[in-house]
Amino acid sequence: MSDLTDLPASSVGSATGADEPATRASASPMRERLVWLSDHFKREWQVYVMLAPMIIWFLLFLYKPMYGLQIAFKDYSIFWGIVESPWVGWEHFETLFNNSQFIRAVKNTVIISALSLIFGFPVPIFLALMFNEILHALYRRTCQTIVYLPHFISTVIIAGIVITAFSPSAGIVNTIIGWIGIEPVYFLTKPEWFRPIFIGSGIWQEAGFSSIIFLAAIAGVNPSLYESAVVDGASRWQMMWKITIPSIMPTIIIMLIIRIGNLMEVGFELIILLYQPATYQTADVINTFIYRQGLQSGQYDLAAAAGLFNAVVAFVLVMTANSISKRVSRTSLW
Amino acid sequence: MQNMNLYSRGDRLFVRANMVLIGLFTLSTLYPFIYIAAVSFSSGFAARAGRVVLSPVDVTLAAYARVLSEPQFWNSYGNTFIYTIGGTITSLIIIIPGAYALSRPQLLGRRFWNLMVAFTMWFHAGMIPFWLNIRDLGLLDTYFGIIIAFACNAFNIILLRNFFESIPSSFEEAARMDGANEFQVLWKVFVPLSKPAIATITLFCVVSRWNGFFWAMVLLTDEGKIPLQVYLRQTIATLSDDEEFSSTLIDAPYSVETVTAAIIVCSIIPVLCFYPFAQKYFNKGILLGGVKE
Repeated sequence: MSDLTDLPASSVGSATGADEPATRASASPMRERLVWLSDHFKREWQVYVMLAPMIIWFLLFLYKPMYGLQIAFKDYSIFWGIVESPWVGWEHFETLFNNSQFIRAVKNTVIISALSLIFGFPVPIFLALMFNEILHALYRRTCQTIVYLPHFISTVIIAGIVITAFSPSAGIVNTIIGWIGIEPVYFLTKPEWFRPIFIGSGIWQEAGFSSIIFLAAIAGVNPSLYESAVVDGASRWQMMWKITIPSIMPTIIIMLIIRIGNLMEVGFELIILLYQPATYQTADVINTFIYRQGLQSGQYDLAAAAGLFNAVVAFVLVMTANSISKRVSRTSLW
Repeated sequence: MQNMNLYSRGDRLFVRANMVLIGLFTLSTLYPFIYIAAVSFSSGFAARAGRVVLSPVDVTLAAYARVLSEPQFWNSYGNTFIYTIGGTITSLIIIIPGAYALSRPQLLGRRFWNLMVAFTMWFHAGMIPFWLNIRDLGLLDTYFGIIIAFACNAFNIILLRNFFESIPSSFEEAARMDGANEFQVLWKVFVPLSKPAIATITLFCVVSRWNGFFWAMVLLTDEGKIPLQVYLRQTIATLSDDEEFSSTLIDAPYSVETVTAAIIVCSIIPVLCFYPFAQKYFNKGILLGGVKE
């Protein structure tokens, strides 16, 4: 769709006007355009008044920080400010890639994301398929209400529940493994336990709510497919495999592509709440690294460089995912 | 599908198995809440010894008495209401007219403005430049900073814009005939027709405001301004590290665990009250603009 659809053809078209009489050609297309514009703004100013606060907000809070990203290439000092600080080129990036903590954070980001994807992605699909087979409306609605709930609970509460449940002396997990004679384990200080706990709590919180999108896809399946399958004597199990799953496959693929596109996004807020120096080796991701280096240690330029690296990789992934999904489904994600 | 009869024994078995599996998943979702509630009503001694499994042991309200007697708890609770209500209203005031403008065909540069909004979904400057920007704007440690800095997000705007675009122009024609201007058309035609979409966005705003903790923790240093979630985090962190607190607790009727659990219960209650009203919009609203533009 063109922005210029409303413009009169003459003001958009050939401004050099070789065919027009030379006497009036020089100024008139420009003038005509200005007249048209001022007319347009007189008529439609209200739309721009509505748009302005939002655009100003975006410039001030999202685009201005992008300008501030230049500190990733500068020796930032508070006294000089963002613009006046001297340039240092790629120095911070060299420092980062020689920093074993940063390398570890990149690895952990990818590993935690990939594991969350492998273990977390299928669960909502199973849930949606199972919900679909439940014919008892009240039972179904009650279960749905409950499994959607954790999505609305704050990260801090999730962390509080995890810390309480896995506590070495008081926690329910240690109580239960105590019943079968296992010594209490201080799970949150054990690097090998961090990822299972983090990924498990992520599934607990989001799987139910994520099933909504697959349930909606199932609701969109053409009912006549099921009707003719019933006539042919198909069982519900067969219908699930032969009709439901193939029908929602495009949705599954799109959601999978979105998840892969968001690989760099790890729920770092929960990590900040759950990790401790003892578990950094498996828990520290890029964003927690940025938080510690930047906001806790004040190395703004180095942390901004790490953030820029993260954002660029994420951008490439998302763009790739979008173009793949366009090809796969002929529907753009945005 | 739902109204279909069950045909064979195999089908019946399949449906029952599904009911059992879903039931198990639901119970495992529910259990942590029950556990936390049980801990919050138990004595500190029982909780420390790990004796709480399903229901409170040595029922006591001591943990609640301690939590509710803390002025800072009430103060942060109030702050959370300020951020949630103020933030949600601010968001709606900016987003509704903005999304409407983006949906108008006569808007010049419409493609550009839309791209400018959508681009922020794909690329963001990151934590540090964002924080420095807030600092340079003088918004650190202010109520206004928290409220305004998170007022918009591209996803909500696009969701609402898509909904506005899906409304046939025949709806506004009558209003235009009567000489309504853009503000009147938005307010009298589009807003009433878009209730499900607006409700969805309101829900997203309220939930993210109520739960928001990271930026509140990072941007607010004044104890008097922190919201409940930050207070909860501080309490968990300080109580667990505080040897003095732990050692005085041998006889105390509450413990780190029961106090934490009591704060968790207090902070979930408003969510539970709000939840039934929000729930009816899940299926309708959330998917409106989610995947496709």
